[in-house]
Amino acid sequence: MTAHDVEPDNAVHPGKPVTVDRYTVGARINHWITAASLILLALSGLALFHPSLFFLSGLFGGGQFTRFIHPWIGVVLFFSFFGLFIRFWKANLWKREDGTWLARIRDVLANHEENVPEVGKYNAGQKFVFWAMSVLIVILISSGLVIWDQYFSAYTTVGQQRVALLVHAIAAVAIIGVWIIHAYSALWVRGTIPAMIRGSVTGGWAWRHHRKWLRELVTKPGGRSGSKPAE
Amino acid sequence: MFPPIANPSVTDVAPRFSEKDLVRRSASTVPAPAERLTEVAKLIDVSKCIGCKACQTACIEWNDTHPEVGVNAGVYENPPDLTPDMFTLMRFSEWENPETNNLEWLIRKDGCMHCEDPGCLKACPAPGAIVQYSNGIVDFVHENCIGCGYCIKGCPFNIPRISRVDHTAYKCTLCSDRVAVGQGPACAKACPTQAIVFGTKEEMKQHAEGRITDLKARGYANAGLYDPPGVGGTHVMYVLHHADQPELYSGLPKEPRISPLVEAWKGITKYAGLTVLGVAAGVGLLHHLVMGPNRVSDTDEENAERLVRSDRHDSA
Amino acid sequence: MTNSWTDIRNTDLVVIMGGNAAEAHPCGFKWVTEAKANRGAKLIVVDPRYTRSASVSDLYAPIRQGTDIAFLLGLINYCIENDKVQRDYVKAFTNAGYVVKQGFTYQDGLFSGYDEAKRDYDKSSWDYEIGADGFAVVDDTLANPRCVWNLLKNHVAVYTPEMVERICGTPKDKFLKVAEMVAECSSPTKAMTSMYALGWTQHSKGSQNIRAMAMLQLILGNIGVRGGGMNALRGHSNIQGLTDVGLMSNLLPGYLTLPNEKEPDLNAYMSTRGFKPLRPNQMSYWQNYRKFFVSFQKAMYGSAATPENDFAYDYLPKLDVPGYDVLRAFDMMHQGKINLYLCQGFNALQAFPNKQKITASLSKLKLLVVMDPLATETARFWENHGAHNDVDPSAIQTEVIELPSTCFAEDDGSLTNSGRWLQWHWAGGTPPGEAKRDTWIMAQIHLRLKELYRGEGGAFPDPILNLHWPYADPGDPTAEEIAQEINGRALAKVTDTADPTKVLAEAGKLLPGFAALRDDGSTSCGCWIYSGCFNEKGNNMARRDTDDPDETGAYLKWAFSWPANRRILYNRASADLNGKAWDPDRKVIEWDGAKWSGYDVPDIAPTAKPGEVGPFIMNPEGVSRLFTRGMMRDGPFPAHYEPFESPIVNPVAPNVRGNPAARVFEGDFRQFAEPASAEFPYAATSYRLTEHFHFWTKHVVVNAVMQPEFFVEISEQLAAEKGIAKDGWVRVWSKRGSVTAKAMVTKRIKPLTCDGKTVHIVGIPLHWGFTGAAKKGFGPNMLTPYVGDANIETPEYKAFLVNIEPVSGPVA
Repeated sequence: MTAHDVEPDNAVHPGKPVTVDRYTVGARINHWITAASLILLALSGLALFHPSLFFLSGLFGGGQFTRFIHPWIGVVLFFSFFGLFIRFWKANLWKREDGTWLARIRDVLANHEENVPEVGKYNAGQKFVFWAMSVLIVILISSGLVIWDQYFSAYTTVGQQRVALLVHAIAAVAIIGVWIIHAYSALWVRGTIPAMIRGSVTGGWAWRHHRKWLRELVTKPGGRSGSKPAE
Repeated sequence: MFPPIANPSVTDVAPRFSEKDLVRRSASTVPAPAERLTEVAKLIDVSKCIGCKACQTACIEWNDTHPEVGVNAGVYENPPDLTPDMFTLMRFSEWENPETNNLEWLIRKDGCMHCEDPGCLKACPAPGAIVQYSNGIVDFVHENCIGCGYCIKGCPFNIPRISRVDHTAYKCTLCSDRVAVGQGPACAKACPTQAIVFGTKEEMKQHAEGRITDLKARGYANAGLYDPPGVGGTHVMYVLHHADQPELYSGLPKEPRISPLVEAWKGITKYAGLTVLGVAAGVGLLHHLVMGPNRVSDTDEENAERLVRSDRHDSA
Repeated sequence: MTNSWTDIRNTDLVVIMGGNAAEAHPCGFKWVTEAKANRGAKLIVVDPRYTRSASVSDLYAPIRQGTDIAFLLGLINYCIENDKVQRDYVKAFTNAGYVVKQGFTYQDGLFSGYDEAKRDYDKSSWDYEIGADGFAVVDDTLANPRCVWNLLKNHVAVYTPEMVERICGTPKDKFLKVAEMVAECSSPTKAMTSMYALGWTQHSKGSQNIRAMAMLQLILGNIGVRGGGMNALRGHSNIQGLTDVGLMSNLLPGYLTLPNEKEPDLNAYMSTRGFKPLRPNQMSYWQNYRKFFVSFQKAMYGSAATPENDFAYDYLPKLDVPGYDVLRAFDMMHQGKINLYLCQGFNALQAFPNKQKITASLSKLKLLVVMDPLATETARFWENHGAHNDVDPSAIQTEVIELPSTCFAEDDGSLTNSGRWLQWHWAGGTPPGEAKRDTWIMAQIHLRLKELYRGEGGAFPDPILNLHWPYADPGDPTAEEIAQEINGRALAKVTDTADPTKVLAEAGKLLPGFAALRDDGSTSCGCWIYSGCFNEKGNNMARRDTDDPDETGAYLKWAFSWPANRRILYNRASADLNGKAWDPDRKVIEWDGAKWSGYDVPDIAPTAKPGEVGPFIMNPEGVSRLFTRGMMRDGPFPAHYEPFESPIVNPVAPNVRGNPAARVFEGDFRQFAEPASAEFPYAATSYRLTEHFHFWTKHVVVNAVMQPEFFVEISEQLAAEKGIAKDGWVRVWSKRGSVTAKAMVTKRIKPLTCDGKTVHIVGIPLHWGFTGAAKKGFGPNMLTPYVGDANIETPEYKAFLVNIEPVSGPVA
């Protein structure tokens, strides 16, 4: 078993309840910048996407500013997410148990996690979100640049821009959909949001949702409180 | 001679059309006007055009735009393309007719075609930035424009241009301000050969018929009117000597229509997308209502504590 | 124009040759469009380049610049050979039957009487046989071998379609197609119009280019008829007015001529200007010359012009040379013989040929005064503008004074258009800054000069001191005052010569027209042909009534057309010998048994019987001239001469270089490239573009946007041969200078094959300089040769030789 699932900063603190470090401060800041960007992008993007949502441009001080700021937020999102990607990509590599987990997704949704295999730091659902976000953000940034009229209109043909617009719109819908899954899961699985706020989860949360990760943390050298890796 | 439009009266005239005559308004709906105004059209007779650019200068003067003094790029087009300060442009194309071996210098005045089904308006996300009057004129309303450039993608003729100064889109207005007070467009007024005439769409079609008959008599068997049905017809039409090959005229599209990509984007994607998102959110809500939250139980905590403890013993 | 712009809509065939009406006269070109759209008229364009006019033509034929005479005589030859001649018209209305003197010959490109040393002809043999009755001998059967018709036939026989192709480079099939379409207009019910401009005048044989077409039009019976005529498209809005009021060194207003030094008094002057009729009953209208001249002198010198002093004849300058045209003036300046140049409304540095010579000439002046609304290059000739005006200001001592003047839109006045219409205009704005009207400036200069002469005397102060100056404010004459002065006044009561009880004008009143002019000093008139423009009926130039009965295009109530509000000159010729219209659908005037009447003012005495009095009333013959007698310096018939710089040797007269009668100054010959020069192998021509007007509109931002930068046009073939890229830079140079330009590589220029040789054409538009809103650029006059037309000295801007090479762009 590779140790991809266990990041250096993750640690277990014995106690009652047990607490487990899940995200460092850097990761959390990085996440919330990404989250904020994505939400702002969704709001500004939806304003430009459907007339019935154009009122959302009011949140940004009007259509002109919405049009101006949306692509810049996209740039922020891209680099911010790139940070997350560097941090998390290894932990999101596909594992054998992920297939089984996915096959039993009905049990997951029915709150019968006891019927699914133990998973590492991320379950298949989270991995799907991670990879979907990664792919969609690449699509969105590249199609977004093509339709960023102010700076890049001269580099492509109108025909290419039309393709980019359609791709951008579809990818945006998809990413908002993925985000809904992500956000709902975090809400539904209690104890998850605090992980991204405080950085740690309870032992029970880890036992319940990411038991394999917990086991690895517990068994890895220096995986427990205070200890640092050997080197 | 096509009867020229009389000079304007010097007294104030109430505009002949306004907001109440809108038939389309971008990203919004308008109530159907009480009655449709007579459709107007500008007819550009390419076979009478001498490429003098009087239309271009009249356009600059009337609209008070300020294009830059550019350079010569080895062609007669100046500026080299439409710009936010140049709403109309003479395009010159040298073509050797393989049937006659004669050179033909095909000169076409490019600019907004004022489509009956305007792609720009369809693509526009800003409510009221693009409007269409019931006389057929498609106009940009700059205070509502957000400068996104979607109109450019929506246009089958590649006409609108975004200003780098005020970040709004510009194109020929068919001199809606002049037409509103009974005048024709500035370009038609300036055209020395009546290659540009303006009137009701019906009058223009009739006038074009006479021109086409004349061209056919001169050996242009394929002379015809360019009023492409793919965009519902246009309110700027061309008389072409080679109506079967409009592409010869600096790439005038043969069968223009709003791109299926734009149709898809502004049609199915828009509705399907919102539906998908709505359903996703709804499913989540429903799931939560039915299944309730997924909470960590005390047993889970205990199991964790046990795991940590056992491991401590193991490693001790 | 013999006809008017509006009349062009009546034509069946428009031939644009020696011009580019769509490009240079887009507004007037509307009448061509009208003729095409409403009458199904056809348009032929003959030009070295496929022009904007060609783009709307029915037939385009290429031609090498400077070979128009060969083409036109080829057409005449075709019409004669194929009997496409309006015979009755030719017999009755031209001098076809007039018998020419023994001794007149044409051989090896030269007419009889040539003096090589003088580059001039003794023209005594170029005239009619005069019979015992004192009239010219006429053979109505056209059988006499020495009659004009047979001489003409022989003269044009060499210009076969093959020869036309060999000289002009026009493919034979294209020429024959043109010939066929033109020949159709020999029918009395078909009319062809000729629209030409500087493409014909700006050659060393410019006048003969026009004559050749005029002869063709006469043979086809197209002069005097609706939709026909010789229609010169003037290059400025008022250049017709310039020639009409005699702003030439050898002219007085109304095409009167300045005396020469061999004419010491009025009698001597009048002895060569009597114009006795050459045939019985003819009007020979110039018989009234003395009336026009005396009335002019009265307008000039008022009470100082008396019968006793020959109406102040001595006040007029007497020419010692044929004329002080611009080429001569600048040549004299170049020799240091002129030291003050008052340059009014002219941009000499850009507009005259061989710019280096012009710069050198201006540099030798003591004082240059420039009156212009714009900052012209001429006023800045001493400023260094890099390659665009490479001079050393420290080496130029000329003092330059700029007097800013108003432009036409800031001033009242009249402009005379190509169709001879005097159209009044009203100031549309106030002049900027210190700009003053030209009349104000000239009046101020005059008053100060007068003061100086009064105070200090001088060699001959009388013409200045006695100049009639009757304006309410002597320092600021108004346009109306000058217009009235031009129209003329009765100084004493003027009565009808036939009926003395009939008063034509009371003393002090404006004259009704030139028929009231008298040679006894009782009338004054500044320009006889304009008389009637501003009479007691008011300012007729300001009329704006579009009434046009039966839509003939005459518009008699719109403005005023000289002479006598006549719209079609020689309109008597629109009717046959019985006075009935040749073409009933194209009636202009007809004889009703007692008098002439119709849609236009008859160009004949209203009661002149049709069989007796010929329609060409200005000529002593009463008919038009296919053979011009001694009226032109370079021959009574046109003949093909190559331009002075030519890519081939003259195929019909290999020993003749250029026009043998054209004047060439010492030194300028050395600056011509040899015929068929290897050093300068390409045939260049210069022209205008529609986006600009001359050197004016480059000062206007909008026009500068439309055509911002200097370029030259070349064929794809020449570009390939020389490795010149579209949009690349080229250097073009002649024996006189060099320019750098953007290259416009086009299909609209094609290499021609002339005399077996491939001739490439280089097109060089004007319009650029080193002042104004457009990019700085060169003009063709860096390159053009310093030689003019043999008759009127218009420089040969249209045909010269250059070389070309690709270069990297100019260093910014």
